[in-house]
Amino acid sequence: MISLASRDIGHHLGRFVFTGVGLGLLIGVTLTMAGVYRGMVADGRAVIAASGADLWVVQQGTLGPWAEPSSVRDDAYRALAGLPGVAEVANAAYLTMQVPVRGRDVRVMLAGIEPGGLGEPAQLVAGRPLLRSHYEAVADEAAGLAIGDTVRIRRHEYAVVGLVRRATSSAGDPMLFIPLKDAQEVQFLKDNDSLVAERARTAANPALNRPGIPGLLDAVLASQNAGRSVNAVLVRVAPGYPPEEVKAEIGRWKHLTAWTRADMEDILVAKLIATSARQIGMFLAILAVVSAAIVAFIIYTMTLNKQREIAVLKLIGARDRSIAAMILQQALALGLIGFLVGQLAALVWAPYFPKHVLLEPGDALRGLAATLLVCAVASLLAIRAALRVDPADAIGG
Amino acid sequence: MDKAAAPPDDTAIRLRGLSKTFGSGSTAVHALRDVDMTLRRGEVVGLVGPSGSGKSTLLKCLGAVVEPTAGRIEMGGQAVFDSASGGWLIDDLRALRRDRIGFIFQAPYLIPFLDVTDNVALLPMLAGHPDREARARARELLEALDVGHRLGVRVSLLSGGEQQRVAIARSLVNRPPVILADEPTAPLDSERALAVMRILEEMARRYGAAIIVVTHDEKIIPTFRRIYRIRDGRTVEEAGEGRSLGP
Repeated sequence: MISLASRDIGHHLGRFVFTGVGLGLLIGVTLTMAGVYRGMVADGRAVIAASGADLWVVQQGTLGPWAEPSSVRDDAYRALAGLPGVAEVANAAYLTMQVPVRGRDVRVMLAGIEPGGLGEPAQLVAGRPLLRSHYEAVADEAAGLAIGDTVRIRRHEYAVVGLVRRATSSAGDPMLFIPLKDAQEVQFLKDNDSLVAERARTAANPALNRPGIPGLLDAVLASQNAGRSVNAVLVRVAPGYPPEEVKAEIGRWKHLTAWTRADMEDILVAKLIATSARQIGMFLAILAVVSAAIVAFIIYTMTLNKQREIAVLKLIGARDRSIAAMILQQALALGLIGFLVGQLAALVWAPYFPKHVLLEPGDALRGLAATLLVCAVASLLAIRAALRVDPADAIGG
Repeated sequence: MDKAAAPPDDTAIRLRGLSKTFGSGSTAVHALRDVDMTLRRGEVVGLVGPSGSGKSTLLKCLGAVVEPTAGRIEMGGQAVFDSASGGWLIDDLRALRRDRIGFIFQAPYLIPFLDVTDNVALLPMLAGHPDREARARARELLEALDVGHRLGVRVSLLSGGEQQRVAIARSLVNRPPVILADEPTAPLDSERALAVMRILEEMARRYGAAIIVVTHDEKIIPTFRRIYRIRDGRTVEEAGEGRSLGP
């Protein structure tokens, strides 16, 4: 039996392909939006995995270093190191800030780590890891820095000694690893003017500067400057110890909150990027509706243009299902062309996006299924119109 | 499934008391009133009348796309419609149109996205014949109609006369006993109109089909041996001139 759909497509090939390309660009945007979401999740997971930690210990009742502010005394790690099942601990500090790179501001996630300890970037693509305790940096290549560059962060200049790839926050900001002490200074140390003003304010406070108690003011000032905090303590669990047990121990005895790797991934996906995911989900829904409307409009118009032929086909004995199949197949073919063009377009333009766009084969398959489903649904209007064509319209007036 | 059957005879189509009324009460329009008509196989008969006289309605009733209000229709000796028995006696009217009725329209109304062969072969394919057999049948007819050299050509590239011949081949391909031709010569000049009539005469003779030609084309009316004149839904049979169509 002749495939009426393929013959009709062949008859209007140019128009059909042109329409498919237009639809494909729309589908390409849809796939890219899904890729942006996947990229956010993948980047977040990559950073979690690359740290080498099994547990993130943070301020009690907070969600951890990336989702909420967390302040933990920097000597808390000692108490954690003594717990059963803890193999290694390391302080870590994280903050997001703007740094000047070659005359422009780049937003980075600054990670303060102890050189050689947990939290270090896993694999360098160039240079070496941090070895000194101060003024060195390892940067994600997306920051636009090269080995040998210097980057100014607050008061000090840092020499870039290594580069990593795909070390970005879930927001897409490239990471800049510096020694922990420097990161603590960047995060917690005030500028000189603020320090002078703070000291003057303390000295002017009669409760803290009592004439009858010599040395009190010096002690207060010393305590103000000596207190150092970190955002989290990274913990590697010894083999044979379930992280959940160690987590429970920390929660019970140390007045801190610990999160496992699975918890961190959950926080990342369910909380940190949940709003972005909903935003993207809305875009996907709107794009799906727009795509369906376009397919429906095109197929409906094509069907209306064939009303006389459909009337003749019905008159000479073509069954409704043959005519419906012709329209459905055309809609599916349009969707298939659109999907192939969209997939190609997404592959071509994804590398140029500022954020990581991760195009997963599973998403492509789901996208194909969704496209075909949308096209099938969109063809219903045209099929309905075709089935209402009266074969008598082919005869006389 | 067919509810009625009768032994076949030489009669291709017979109408008895066929009526069609649109609407009811004071707004009723009687498009056909007690139409009687009999056509034998191999015969070409004219159905002539002014606009609004009921020609198209009669054609639609015969084409099983409009249900008559009253009367009886027999095709090839078999009753297919009888108002006294409840209406259509054939369950599958599409199959009736496909297998027993051929259609030729004022314009060829070919399927533009099919080539010449497939425009004709589509009908037997729809009837379930294998593609090869359907195309062989189509080729045979197209060659008989002198368009055998255009088999693989897209129909939009054919001349008007060639398209009309393809349409005639399509109407004949399932060997129907009845062919309904709705003003098939209207857009043609005298010479081409007479050529089409010659083809219809020859095809009717060769394939044993009865052809009803609806027309008000004065050029071809003298060629009919028998004419049904229709006015206000009533038909009157009269002898035609039967003027020779030449070789």
